[in-house]
Amino acid sequence: MEALLLARIQFAANISFHILFPTITIALGWVLLYFRIRANRSNDSGWIQAYQFWVKVFALSFAMGVVSGIVMSFQFGTNWPGFMETVGNIAGPLLGYEVLTAFFLEAGFLGIMLFGATRVSQRIHTLATFLVAFGTTLSAFWILVLNSWMHTPAGFEMRDGVAYATDWMAIIFNPSLPYRLTHTLIASALTTAFLLAGISALRWLWNDKTPGIRKSLKTGILIAAIAAPTQMFVGDLHGLNTLEHQPAKIAAMEGNWETQSHVPLLLFAIPDEETRTNKFEIGIPSGASLILKHSPSGVVPGLNDFVTADGDVQHPPVKPLFFAFRIMVGIGVLMILVSWWTAPQVWRNNEPKRLNAMVLVAMTFSGWVATLAGWYVTEIGRQPWLVTGVLDTASAVAPHPAGLLGVSLATYLLVYAALLAAYIGTLFHLAKKTTKQAERELDPGQFKGAVAGALS
Amino acid sequence: MEHINYMTLPWHDWLPIVFLGLMGLSALIYVVLDGFDLGIGILSPLVKRDDRDLMIASIGPFWDANETWLVLAVGLLLVAFPTAHGAVLGALYLPTTAMLIGLILRGVAFEFRIKGPSKQRAFWDSSFFAGSLIATVSQGYMLGYYILGLPTGWTAFVFASLVALGVTSAYVLIGSCWLVAKSENALQRTALRWAKKSVLGIAATMALISAATPLASERIFNIWFVWPNLMWLMPIPLLAVFITWKLFQVLNTATREINAKDAETAAFVEVVETNQAKLRDQSQCAFDGARCWVPFSLTATLFVLAFIGLAYSFFPFVVPESLTIWEAAASRDSLAIILVGTCITLPMIVGYSIFAYKVFGGKATKLSY
Ligand code: HDD
Ligand code: HEM
Ligand code: HEM
Repeated sequence: MEALLLARIQFAANISFHILFPTITIALGWVLLYFRIRANRSNDSGWIQAYQFWVKVFALSFAMGVVSGIVMSFQFGTNWPGFMETVGNIAGPLLGYEVLTAFFLEAGFLGIMLFGATRVSQRIHTLATFLVAFGTTLSAFWILVLNSWMHTPAGFEMRDGVAYATDWMAIIFNPSLPYRLTHTLIASALTTAFLLAGISALRWLWNDKTPGIRKSLKTGILIAAIAAPTQMFVGDLHGLNTLEHQPAKIAAMEGNWETQSHVPLLLFAIPDEETRTNKFEIGIPSGASLILKHSPSGVVPGLNDFVTADGDVQHPPVKPLFFAFRIMVGIGVLMILVSWWTAPQVWRNNEPKRLNAMVLVAMTFSGWVATLAGWYVTEIGRQPWLVTGVLDTASAVAPHPAGLLGVSLATYLLVYAALLAAYIGTLFHLAKKTTKQAERELDPGQFKGAVAGALS
Repeated sequence: MEHINYMTLPWHDWLPIVFLGLMGLSALIYVVLDGFDLGIGILSPLVKRDDRDLMIASIGPFWDANETWLVLAVGLLLVAFPTAHGAVLGALYLPTTAMLIGLILRGVAFEFRIKGPSKQRAFWDSSFFAGSLIATVSQGYMLGYYILGLPTGWTAFVFASLVALGVTSAYVLIGSCWLVAKSENALQRTALRWAKKSVLGIAATMALISAATPLASERIFNIWFVWPNLMWLMPIPLLAVFITWKLFQVLNTATREINAKDAETAAFVEVVETNQAKLRDQSQCAFDGARCWVPFSLTATLFVLAFIGLAYSFFPFVVPESLTIWEAAASRDSLAIILVGTCITLPMIVGYSIFAYKVFGGKATKLSY
């Protein structure tokens, strides 16, 4: 049991660290392609400046994504042998296709994208940028196929406790894939948008008003203003789909204990699994029934339906789901408000007001928080199953001694904490350095001084 | 192990063999490609900052793609032989973790040493070195245990440590040879010196390992030193000795030529002190063009030979002495699905990898965005 807990924490720590970086690279790749194409088509130096700054952030994030991803690919075998033994016939080909079609594509063209601008033609360089962006998205597709299949398995049959594929189309396009893929890709767009806007706003506050800043800021705000409301809409559809396939998860997200009509939408509460009630409830009457069933008298499933007669709890832990869901949705709403408040100003005046810029700086990493919260809802919500209805988490774990797991977990945590600090530090350092360079180039006094120095 | 009649083997029992071959191929490509960039990492503290920048620039565009071959090899093990993946990596849990931490430390150092504050640079340089060394040593150590069939105890530990030493000198050798091809002038001369030393290092560890193998593993001894196997296998060590000797010769000739060129240039300097540009032309590139790739190719051939020797000692086991490929293989239908994808994508991958190496061909120069 102890080993199981440690193995779960280790998996959660690794994947949580890993997902931070793909979330940035997936969307940033496309943003770079956009900058690149704009730069090809116009002689506005702003697009080139934007490209040159953000390609560095991309390279840094990509490297972090690669090294933590390699850890992930080893984890399945080292810590969860039962997973591959039971569903390997399905997970295997999906993981295999991810490596063959996506990882090699990204890694193969990354070098050319980063360092090849002066060695290949502009067309090939743009193509390399496209292929890297395409590769990251394709890899998200394959891994989300697998992950969605674990939530809503389809297209297989069990023989002697092992899953065999019967219909690959049904496996790949399993019921939750369309929603999860869209929702995750938009999450990536939002995370990148607020990173773009946040860092650019910070440099703008440092008085860096080079064209590249305005371009990055505008691009970030524009993406956010479009993607944030879309995300809310898609999230709602996602929830309806989950209600159909994993009702216990929704019951936990809503903090709803009894199957009943007129269920309120809880804005705040503290769910208590001991007494199986909520404390300090604040809610909108019939709100949850309205959202989930489109009628105030709609009947919403409750958690008590998922307790067997002899008291065995078959639903996920309630508290983490309930709170993580509210963090995600809260940030989602905040993102809509902030982007719609800032967009008109930036369009009208070509620059943000001081207050807007400060809010944007505060929101720089908000996408990360919402993304992690969302994944925690999804993954904890699947418990006690690893593959819904097929394999439970406890049966898949490797029998390593707890001491061994403790050592490796502690090492990973230490390294990840240090790297996260270094990553954020380097991001701000890059911003500061680029701003200083811009100042030097724009300051005519210094420029003359430099020329005089060079001539003397 | 009873005899397998390959003529009557049904087609779906060929699939595990095909996958073993694919896995071996990716592992082989991995050790050659990541071998040279890990080797560069291990050598990096031995030079001053400018040369170090150049060394790292010579592998900058490639390391990520090189490591992807490891992901493919381990991925194929995972998807084609899931039980073996758990058994092997589970038994090697600590060295696997050490290797992963090593790969993390060096992978991120490429970025941080350039992009981070300059006062942190020395720190990331040592992280690059330490990570490369840790990853290399753990890979060798894992290989040692794997050869023996994953036992425990002191003999195994000593044997695995010897193999770790061997793999480290092999990576240092191929790293030096890469640098011989990608650098010029003083750095090239240094690389030649490193290469010669590591050839000697490898020769010494190989002798030790060969002597230790019969003591550490009776099974391998019985495969190698029993008639008629001995006759079939003899070409491998003979060829290896020949290539090592040839490699040493090439390295020596190159050093001599460069020295002669230098002496000539020195004499030239005394006569004509003025014409700087011409002078450079003269001193550069004593060892370049296709010729400077000869040491690298010879070393890569050595890797292939070692690989064939190992593969022969294992087949048809994926976990030595306990699991054959047929016992460990995933469902044949799933393997067929992956095989189709592999046949389509692998040639494309090889194609664009070659293209990438071509784009960054020639001597290494500073990288910039
Ligand atoms: C939604 C997206 C997503 C998710 C959920 C995951 N990954 Fe990932 N992964 C990516 C999106 C991504 C990416 C965008 O494709 C990365 C990030 C940076 C990069 O190089 O590619 C990547 C890199 C990456 C690499 C390095 C590839 C290389 O060498 O280029 C490996 C081995 C993995 N991942 C493995 C995994 C595993 C085993 C996961 C699940 C348990 C996982 N990833 C979850
Ligand atoms: C990318 C974002 C992801 C995040 C942040 C994430 C997070 C988590 C968390 C927090 C748990 C622990 C739940 C619990 O034990 O209560 C978990 C479990 C698990 N997830 Fe994910 N996950 C992600 C994606 C994936 C993907 C793509 C896969 C598979 C392809 C996956 C496979 C698993 C497995 C095997 C477990 C069971 C082990 C465990 O319970 O810890 N996850 N995940
Ligand atoms: C604004 C309203 C939002 C709603 C109604 C919403 C709804 C949901 C729901 C119901 C799930 C759970 C799906 C399941 O597994 O059953 C989910 C998961 C998730 N959410 Fe949201 N979400 C919203 C905003 C956001 C935002 C702003 C982000 C990130 C920027 C985000 C990122 C995620 C991620 C990464 C997951 C896990 C992957 C997945 O299952 O799709 N969400 N969301």
